[in-house]
Amino acid sequence: MDYTDRELMVIAAAREIRDGDVTFVGMRLPLLAFALAKRTHAPAALGYFENGIVRETPSDEMLFTMSDPPNLVGATWSTSTANMMGMLAQGLVDLGFIGGAEVDRFGNLNTSYVGDWRAPKVKLPGSGGAPDIACYAKRFVIVMPQERHRFVERVSYITSVGHGDGGDWRRRHRLPGGGPVALITTLGVFRFDAETREAYLASWHPGQSVETVRAATGWNLRVAPDATETATPTAHELAIVRDCDPRGFWTR
Amino acid sequence: MIPSKITSMADAIARVVPSGASVCMGTALEAAIPFAAGHEIIRQRLQNLTLIGPISDMLFDQLIGAGCVARFIGAWVGNVSSGLGHNYRRAFEQGIPRPIAVEDQSNFTIALSLLAATLGAPYIPTRALLGTGFLDSNPAFKRAEDPYSGDPIVLVPALVPDVTILQVQRADAYGRCHLWGTVGISREAAFAARRVIVVAEEIWPTERIVADPNLILVPDVKVAAVVHEPFGALPAPLQGFYGRYTEFFTRYHEASRTPEGFARWLDEWVLGVVDWKGFLDKLGTDALKALVPRRVLLSEPLDYGA
Repeated sequence: MDYTDRELMVIAAAREIRDGDVTFVGMRLPLLAFALAKRTHAPAALGYFENGIVRETPSDEMLFTMSDPPNLVGATWSTSTANMMGMLAQGLVDLGFIGGAEVDRFGNLNTSYVGDWRAPKVKLPGSGGAPDIACYAKRFVIVMPQERHRFVERVSYITSVGHGDGGDWRRRHRLPGGGPVALITTLGVFRFDAETREAYLASWHPGQSVETVRAATGWNLRVAPDATETATPTAHELAIVRDCDPRGFWTR
Repeated sequence: MIPSKITSMADAIARVVPSGASVCMGTALEAAIPFAAGHEIIRQRLQNLTLIGPISDMLFDQLIGAGCVARFIGAWVGNVSSGLGHNYRRAFEQGIPRPIAVEDQSNFTIALSLLAATLGAPYIPTRALLGTGFLDSNPAFKRAEDPYSGDPIVLVPALVPDVTILQVQRADAYGRCHLWGTVGISREAAFAARRVIVVAEEIWPTERIVADPNLILVPDVKVAAVVHEPFGALPAPLQGFYGRYTEFFTRYHEASRTPEGFARWLDEWVLGVVDWKGFLDKLGTDALKALVPRRVLLSEPLDYGA
């Protein structure tokens, strides 16, 4: 079965959506992951979009952004961003998706500045609503390409909080949400230790190995004792992803 | 009778947006972005603007690259379907074409900043941004202790834009307007601003607009100018009127990789045309036709009977 890294990431992200989850969808690959989950194992999941849209069904057209007009057709609510963020802040969102440019071993994300923010080497586009999802969602999933220079011991700037310094950091800082539960990359899937909250490798994608993932990780990588290969996409999953993104704009 | 506020885009920008002003745009996120207004700002060579917005899908990158901007207050500048904004990076990292200051916000806190202003509140407390770098890089935020629980809290101060520019489907001559589809922070941004420019696809008689007063976005007392500019949000979409011209965003992303490439793009699409009609002529009727919605999906009329 032939598929791209990004198709596998979409499929792995969709598998994180549980049936009935109120899902803060976000942009790019999670747009497809939500549609895939709805059409497979999570038909009762709800989609919230920070531009103010609530959906019970995925859009029947390919979306380039959450504000494309087809995303409003069949919406069950269209309100303000403040109200949608209010749903999040009231604790009504089960799962959110976030992308990142830099991530560290506790799942803190940087999409703002590489280097000291006063004189950064690189200005990244910014946060959008990611810090709000990271603060408030009951759990969130990070989806990003894996390269060693992006997977660092400590991010230079925290745009979206993960587990801070680890352990009970979130509780001590009075952050209402649960923090990251998975980090899905081009090479594998990481999860977070229940005690230390450090990311560990749970599965490597087909064609990868613990060694290739370790080589692209900038901290001393821990590997789950039961780590295994990521389940290969099924023909059914791939067919749906390709139906949602027929020209491969996001996944090719 | 109140005088009509209808005017040309050139006059509205010249009269309502002075150099140095703070200007809020792109309030419906990726939809209804007032590109026609933004291009006129560039043609008039306005300087030292502060741009305010949640995310900006390409428009702010263009204004920054054209040298109009001294400061950005918001959550994200880039190109949603293509990635980062090349001009934003060049301005911040290298001062090309001029340095810009950035006051980082999240989508929630920019909404709260404007909401506070609409309520006449000095600030709104929130738990958003606890533990983040925003509290260091943006001095507008203050850490505080919640006087009720003793917990740490973040104070988000009210933000009053000098001008908010909205692209809407329809308005009357006095600025009472209907916006539907994605609205994002449009209501808060317009209601918080000192003055509003309404750019409308269609101008309707007052009695047909006020027939649905619940849908009117902002009180007309806020509106300083009304501009009739069909397709004024292109290449961004507007519900019921046109879809997103994604290929245009992709081509801009490639063209703006270098300062020279951006200068050529700007000459071709903004400085080399007289007005928005000129931009649309360059796009061509085939491109416009391809963006027309394939379906008409009317909502049910409301009975406001008394």
